[in-house]
Amino acid sequence: MSSPTETAPIKTAPTKTAPPDTAAHPYRRLVARRITLVLGLSLLLCLSIAVDVSLGPARYALRDVAATLIWPEAADLQMRVVVWDIRLPMALMAVTVGGCLSLAGAQMQTILANPLASPFTLGLSAAASFGAALAMVLGVALFPAALALMVPINAFVMAMLAALLIFALSSMRGVTVETIVLLGIALVFTFNAALALLQYFASEQALAAVVFWTMGSLTKASWDKVAVTAAILVVCTPLFARRAWALTAIRLGEARASAMGVPVRRLRLETLVLVSVLAAIPVSFVGTIGFIGIVGPHIARLLLGEDQRFFLPGAILSGALILSATSVLSKAILPGAVLPIGIITALVGVPFFATLIFTHGRRSW
Amino acid sequence: MVTLELDRVEARYGRKIIYTDATTPAISGGHLTALIGPNAAGKSTLFRRIAGQLAGSGQVRITGADRDDLRYMPQDTAISAALSVYEAVILALKQGRSGWRLSAGELAAVDAILTRLKITALAERQLAELSGGQRQLISIAQTLVSRPRLVLMDEPTSALDLYRQYEVLELLRSYAAETGAVVVLALHDLNQVMRSCTTTIAVAEGRVVAVGPTLEVLSPALIRRLYAIESRVETCSRGCPMMIVDGALEQGT
Ligand SMILES: Nc1ncnc2c1ncn2[C@@H]1O[C@H](COP(=O)(O)OP(=O)(O)OP(=O)(O)O)[C@@H](O)[C@H]1O
Ligand SMILES: [Mg+2]
Repeated sequence: MSSPTETAPIKTAPTKTAPPDTAAHPYRRLVARRITLVLGLSLLLCLSIAVDVSLGPARYALRDVAATLIWPEAADLQMRVVVWDIRLPMALMAVTVGGCLSLAGAQMQTILANPLASPFTLGLSAAASFGAALAMVLGVALFPAALALMVPINAFVMAMLAALLIFALSSMRGVTVETIVLLGIALVFTFNAALALLQYFASEQALAAVVFWTMGSLTKASWDKVAVTAAILVVCTPLFARRAWALTAIRLGEARASAMGVPVRRLRLETLVLVSVLAAIPVSFVGTIGFIGIVGPHIARLLLGEDQRFFLPGAILSGALILSATSVLSKAILPGAVLPIGIITALVGVPFFATLIFTHGRRSW
Repeated sequence: MVTLELDRVEARYGRKIIYTDATTPAISGGHLTALIGPNAAGKSTLFRRIAGQLAGSGQVRITGADRDDLRYMPQDTAISAALSVYEAVILALKQGRSGWRLSAGELAAVDAILTRLKITALAERQLAELSGGQRQLISIAQTLVSRPRLVLMDEPTSALDLYRQYEVLELLRSYAAETGAVVVLALHDLNQVMRSCTTTIAVAEGRVVAVGPTLEVLSPALIRRLYAIESRVETCSRGCPMMIVDGALEQGT
């Protein structure tokens, strides 16, 4: 039998002394590191856009592409059309769509306290696909005034209907975030089943169109669409930025956040509205590119943590960067062909994401 | 001087009413107040009601401080956010303030509370990687960093070792004395209550059953009624009162 024979008088518990006040405050150093990372991501993004524009079925020298971008009047007509009307809108579309979807996913994960939440898992993408298929298979226009834009408008209307349902449920008293996530999953299955039913009865031609649409593709990019997606990003980002401290606090848990004076329910509803628009518009333009909305935010979280002052730009940048890099790859894999980007996103994103998780050694959620 | 007074306060979760008319005299600041009662008595519920998270009729009267000056530390401490300790405490300070930039004064306030709780060494660690007791210390730092004048803490020492329990209670006592703040602590350790808290509120089954000076409230009769425990209070050889537990009553007697 051993008996406790502690004899030394314990004066204080072991505490380390504060770091000497030599250089900058440790927190200032952390902030500087984070700003550097955000700038680094931006730089990578610019690089990726440049490579993206220089690649394509027609092979132009990088120097000529650059010259066309800077002095469009001096370039020959064909090259100007290819660079300015085809490649640049596609390259920028990848950036804006990636940014929107990643930001939407980031804030969904924040308000629903769920690492798997994204526009995809809450049924918005599935609803959009169903809406698009309604137009392509049955020729049903949910908004008959604009027949030329039947597919994207149908997709948008269905996605917003799904969002409205989720919103209505969330605004009921006593509904927990778990319930909202469950409803989202139920929506995914419902819309997928409805989509399958449409495909079953579709003509061969319509079926091909639906399948291609659901793969997600940037080939239908145009300056108008770039402008619209960029505009929602420009509108939504400052709205989130103004609530940065409150949104970060929500991640401490509902009880703690409201104890700090954060109006949790109101913030959650407001965020849900913004997120729905952020997700529905890009999806209705380019089809389902599901992966970005989950992985973009996680990469930002791993690199920058969840202080929204860095997480917010980080999520936009990492989503934009993944999709832009994917766009480069989708052209580079098969020279002369442009593979649908929805297929490549997961193929590129997963290895990158896995490397990050395993090398980082930090808990990611 | 800050005071807190409850006047026929009702508290409910949806339709489920927990308190119908909780009433206390004005509790003055400058010292610690204990909130005691058995499990499920309604301690956390009363805190939530005072903090404005629960609906209900009645009046919570606060003098000498704003509602914005109230900070409430909830009971649970599980956190999954990817934030460092620094960021978490800064976050608590920045709520309700505008601007993304941190002034030197704000940074100094964060450093001061971390130093007082002796957790500066944890400053750059991730929240998710902390032990239960460390997380509780961070919660305390988050609660106090904005120097609130009205503090409600739900079992602030439940995860702490003996040394840190002592340190935290001493810190809270001097905080109350310095600032004149009303500091109410839900506690289960009645010896801790006797040592640190001047006033005690006892609740059971959604009713305030006693309010007053701690030694008067913690009578053997009340302990029997609240906990079905036979106890006595004796003075130790250094002169401080100690509660000694003799045994449990048969339930139902
Ligand atoms: N969210 C809730 N919804 C409905 N009833 C609740 C809820 N939270 C607590 N209650 C009920 O309110 C009563 C009081 O609970 P409360 O959490 O206030 O007790 P407590 O005194 O803090 O207990 P403990 O010492 O175990 O922390 C209990 O009967 C409990 O079941
Ligand atoms: Mg409790």
